[in-house]
Amino acid sequence: MKEYRTITSIAGPLVFVEKTEPVGYMELVNVILADGTVKRGQVLDTSEKLVALQVFETTAGIDRHSKIRFTGEVIKMPVSTEILGRILSGSGEPLDGGPEIVPDKRLDITGAAINPYARDNPSEFIQTGISTIDGMNTLVRGQKLPIFSGSGLPHNDLALQIARQAKVLGAEEAFAVIFVAMGITAEEARHFMNDFERTGALERAVVFLNLADDPAIERLITPRLALTTAEYLAYEHDMHVLVILTDMTNYCEALRQIGAAREEVPGRRGYPGYMYTDLASIYERAGRIRGKTGSITQIPILTMPGDDITHPIPDLTGYITEGQFVISRELHRRGIYPPVNVLPSLSRLMNSGIGVGKTREDHKAVSDQLYAGYAEGKDLRGLVAIVGKESLSDRDKTLLEFADIFEDKFVRQGYEEDRGIEETLQLGWDLLATLPEAQLTRIDRKLIEKYHPAHVAKKAEEPVPAASS
Amino acid sequence: MEVEQTGRIYRVAGPVVTATGIEAKMYDLVKVGDEGLMGEVIEIDQDKFIIQVYEDTSGLRPGEPVENTGLPLSVELGPGLLSSIYDGIQRPLPVLNAQLGDFIERGVAASGLDHSKKWDFVPEVKPGEEVRAGQAIGHVQETPHLQHKIMVPPEKGGRIKTIQSGEHTVDDVICTLDDGTELKLMQEWPVRVSRPSVEKLMPDIPLVTGQRILDMLFPVAKGGTAAIPGPFGSGKTVAQQQLAKWSDTQIVVYIGCGERGNEMADVLTEFPQLEDPQTNAPLMDRTVLVANTSNMPVAAREASVYTGVTIAEYFRDMGYDVSLMADSTSRWAEAMREISSRLEEMPGEEGYPAYLAARLSEFYERSGRVKTLGGDEGSITVIGAVSPPGGDFSEPVTQNTLRIVKVFWALDSKLSQRRHFPSINWLDSYSLYTQNLSEWFVDHVAGDWEELRVWAMAILQKESELQEVVQLVGSDALPDDEQLTLEVARMIREYFLQQNAYHEVDTYCPLQKQHDILAAIMVYDELARKALNMGKLVDEIINVPAKSELAQIKFEAEYGTKLEEIETAMRAELA
Repeated sequence: MKEYRTITSIAGPLVFVEKTEPVGYMELVNVILADGTVKRGQVLDTSEKLVALQVFETTAGIDRHSKIRFTGEVIKMPVSTEILGRILSGSGEPLDGGPEIVPDKRLDITGAAINPYARDNPSEFIQTGISTIDGMNTLVRGQKLPIFSGSGLPHNDLALQIARQAKVLGAEEAFAVIFVAMGITAEEARHFMNDFERTGALERAVVFLNLADDPAIERLITPRLALTTAEYLAYEHDMHVLVILTDMTNYCEALRQIGAAREEVPGRRGYPGYMYTDLASIYERAGRIRGKTGSITQIPILTMPGDDITHPIPDLTGYITEGQFVISRELHRRGIYPPVNVLPSLSRLMNSGIGVGKTREDHKAVSDQLYAGYAEGKDLRGLVAIVGKESLSDRDKTLLEFADIFEDKFVRQGYEEDRGIEETLQLGWDLLATLPEAQLTRIDRKLIEKYHPAHVAKKAEEPVPAASS
Repeated sequence: MEVEQTGRIYRVAGPVVTATGIEAKMYDLVKVGDEGLMGEVIEIDQDKFIIQVYEDTSGLRPGEPVENTGLPLSVELGPGLLSSIYDGIQRPLPVLNAQLGDFIERGVAASGLDHSKKWDFVPEVKPGEEVRAGQAIGHVQETPHLQHKIMVPPEKGGRIKTIQSGEHTVDDVICTLDDGTELKLMQEWPVRVSRPSVEKLMPDIPLVTGQRILDMLFPVAKGGTAAIPGPFGSGKTVAQQQLAKWSDTQIVVYIGCGERGNEMADVLTEFPQLEDPQTNAPLMDRTVLVANTSNMPVAAREASVYTGVTIAEYFRDMGYDVSLMADSTSRWAEAMREISSRLEEMPGEEGYPAYLAARLSEFYERSGRVKTLGGDEGSITVIGAVSPPGGDFSEPVTQNTLRIVKVFWALDSKLSQRRHFPSINWLDSYSLYTQNLSEWFVDHVAGDWEELRVWAMAILQKESELQEVVQLVGSDALPDDEQLTLEVARMIREYFLQQNAYHEVDTYCPLQKQHDILAAIMVYDELARKALNMGKLVDEIINVPAKSELAQIKFEAEYGTKLEEIETAMRAELA
């Protein structure tokens, strides 16, 4: 093991060391202080004489005489199935007072890219019991679908409700939840832990905690440790893993901090130019592999600074993930839970997860029609503010009303309310029935005849039991 | 062949490695480190050679060897390209999958073509004949519907000495010339250099896509360039995939540049199941996919666009029409920016390198309908997707792209939010080819094609003006004829412009049907205006039952009789 006492400079989280032997890029480094404390770091830049390290914990206490030990290997995560039920720190050390994890394997945390050819197409419908998700923005196994939120909004409750209720219909399979906290407060973390304990989910969970007062740079490896664990559980132990990452905004801040310390040329709003690639190396670890049972589904949560969806963090995230749930401050203020604004929300994999044999044949059409009606109704609210309700045409009045009941009946539901997909679709039809039938242009005539409440009622009235088509 | 030299790594920082002790040229391919990772020399600073490495550099140490091949990054061109799936530097992903398993580990070389497979070569020239560069000396039936022409590589030519028919691998010499030149089924070409042609031709034949809004309102010519800028979630990917599926070209090259893995998986599972509407053969038979997902190495992403366009040029040289989709050029530009920032170059706008505009125009300029060296006509239509951050079209990649391309299909997230697909905004989009192409449409589809297009655009334009008024006073305050205009515009939007990519009939709409639907709406417009003049109430006119039947026409494959019935009914109801 190579040891040096040749630190030349220390700047923020960065330490520069002179050395003689070659040191590998991304190699794990231990910094040993005079009092024996060990801090961990990683090589960011290596040349013949000089190495730049980023130290995960604070650089406080490091002086120019501290020892630098190059371990000769990249950072690895010790994994075994014993890890389920454990609470670990942001750098993977046990925090729950339990024993060290006896590793089955030690895996490189960078994780190679899945060969696109080896990927399986995600198409298994996950029922979350939330109408705005199941009905309008369906989640499927292997998808990465972030929650775009703002500070002070109940995104954590939504994530918890998803984690609690998510299931694949008619399947009883091994699953696990990996919860990754990056820079959230102890209070928020407690909220998650309490819910996990209350529902007994903790024994199927692995928790990685990097709290607000933990070193910011540690956040750069926390999601990678967690996803390495997820890959192990999914692809070697056939589990369906749901990974909740919160809060990605804090992760990006840490990335910016390192970039600034290295005096890199900044991109938009000071974030490094490689942030897209860096985020992709996290999000793209969701998915399914052909011939493997397990899957990794990701729900990253991020708070949009100033509720601005064009901010680089939500923007770059949206280009990588397969859609997004957008939490609306307006709905939240009006007391509607979950305040999911369906209009900018999207699930790109929805079409492969719904329809005959998965949910129901009318799912797509109902969802499209609800979207169209709600969008138009919402636009009309602006008009009403100017000209008053009276000057609207009858068609517009029904649409305006439609938008209101949509929010009240379809979007709003209880924190513990678990709606089945049939129930959600039925609710959708009930709402659509308030519109004139001729206005349902997105729905095939046959489906209207089969599912529209007016037609269903008419059929029930017919004396002779007609053969249903 | 140059002597191979070995140097040493001096510095490693991300995908950029500095080496000393080699004497490389710019853009030479080098092998870096003990594992022989592929890289390319992108800057020379005195005795230091700066290399972008196409693979992950974790664990790489200073002092490890660097070997110069002395050759630029090239692709292998020959039989076996079709239905291949490559990464950004033409390594076949299925081969990597077989060798390495589900994850792409590094340091693996895999050649682009299968060197063991034998192809049946049929010569078309005899010994003693003169052949010139680009001329076909024979062909291989690569798929049941496509003859892969074996051409004399550019800059070669002469009198044939020997030529052999029969089963050959791509490495076998199948033909020799008098001057000793040996020709194989395969040739190599450096990706950063465009393949030569005789001259560029005028783009006056449309690329038929079967997408109503594209063919009718904003057509692109074969050999033209189009850009699809769209904020995320605006339906860009679906629009591109529709184009790849339905364009009437013999070859499709699809570059997934910084794409999502799951979407690439979707393409990879869906394409083999799809039928080519022209031949009923699997669509994969005419497709080459280049997939470099966002988490694959950034330098290979930079190269992937060149790999794709070089393959496209090779098929163009055979006299085929090729459509090239690049999704997304923004990701490509970001790869350039990332590498440029690692090189500590002085940044231009928004951190992009100052040569961004030059690189973009170089790439788009490789499109075109040309007279090939072999004397045929071939074309490459480039359709580039742009992903402007935050939907802001003023950012450098979008702006520099717009200066080059002739067609602009503006995706609009407002439209996709109300599930209007394809969510192409009809007011912001444009095509500079409509004049060049109208003659073709008139000759091949219908005499009133141009008239219909102008009429529909005028109605849509009028609608947007009226909408401003409606926003203030409500639609009831408008005069009757303007209310009618709003209704007709709504019909154009819902019955014609909206197209369901997932509906088995509606996903592809033949040109004649496009014409017929729009013509039927125009018939309604004429009848309705006549009825209005005769004193019929506008509400009655708007609510005639036959009209709403028109909404279903796009979903019917055999629509002819039904459309006639509707027209007859409309005439009766509006009489």
